[in-house]
Amino acid sequence: MSKSYKIKSYCQIKDGELSLNGHLIYADHSNTFSEFIKGAYKSEKTKYPKFFKMDKLSKLAFLAADVLLKNEKLDPSIEQNIALVFSNKSSSLDTDRKHQETIQDPSNYYPSPAVFVYTLPNICIGEVSIKYKLNTENSFFIFDGFNARHLKIYSDILLSNNKADEVLCGWVDFEDDTHYEAFLYLVSSNGNTAHNEHEINKLYNN
Amino acid sequence: MDALKQELKEFIIEQLNLEDVNVEDIENDDPLFGDGLGLDSIDALELIVMLDKNYGIKLTDPKQGKAIFESIDTMAAYITEHRVK
Repeated sequence: MSKSYKIKSYCQIKDGELSLNGHLIYADHSNTFSEFIKGAYKSEKTKYPKFFKMDKLSKLAFLAADVLLKNEKLDPSIEQNIALVFSNKSSSLDTDRKHQETIQDPSNYYPSPAVFVYTLPNICIGEVSIKYKLNTENSFFIFDGFNARHLKIYSDILLSNNKADEVLCGWVDFEDDTHYEAFLYLVSSNGNTAHNEHEINKLYNN
Repeated sequence: MDALKQELKEFIIEQLNLEDVNVEDIENDDPLFGDGLGLDSIDALELIVMLDKNYGIKLTDPKQGKAIFESIDTMAAYITEHRVK
């Protein structure tokens, strides 16, 4: 019989709000996404200047992961065996469009390297991995919508095959400045919430 | 030359997203990479594109960049000598 795992903690960012385990920790409904995410980052007191160089998808993923992992009080001197399994529906489309704008006009053809490097959705996984020194399994999936079943099965396989001690997984989607969403959760042997489709969907739709 | 140095500082802060850095924080002889402003390899590529776009200077050998982008002083001197825009 396969072992059953738990949801240890979860983080959500959407509609100008940032919450951890269902508790609102930052809100700003009056500003653009860029201002909101900057305010949320500063409220978290995370000193990481590279944050400001990231694209919007990476900022979203990075902040959600940072809030969750900081809450775990991990020892930074110890390499963590936390796998990353992210998903979304918009891929890196927001940044892809920005890149396209820089190469649209043949007479003004100046692609920006700083934009181009973010034209893949899984770059946001790299940003989290660099900050938290995670040399671990990682995957990024594209779905039409949030897919709790896939996230559950995939992370359970990683854990039951000892590919990771814990899995940070979920949904990080940036469509445009008013349609963005991060829902990340940590799957572990310990926790208070059963790791199953019903509970994942319940937290996601919270 | 002073106006060009000011222009370069403003470009670097805005285009390379150096949050919490002001023009007056950057000395003309401060190292831009390493311990100075802490710019990275992507920033170096961005500066190469900027030389072409803003001043018409095409660097054919990326290794040249190391000496050119050492500081605001070295950048301004190179641009002044080679600019076509």
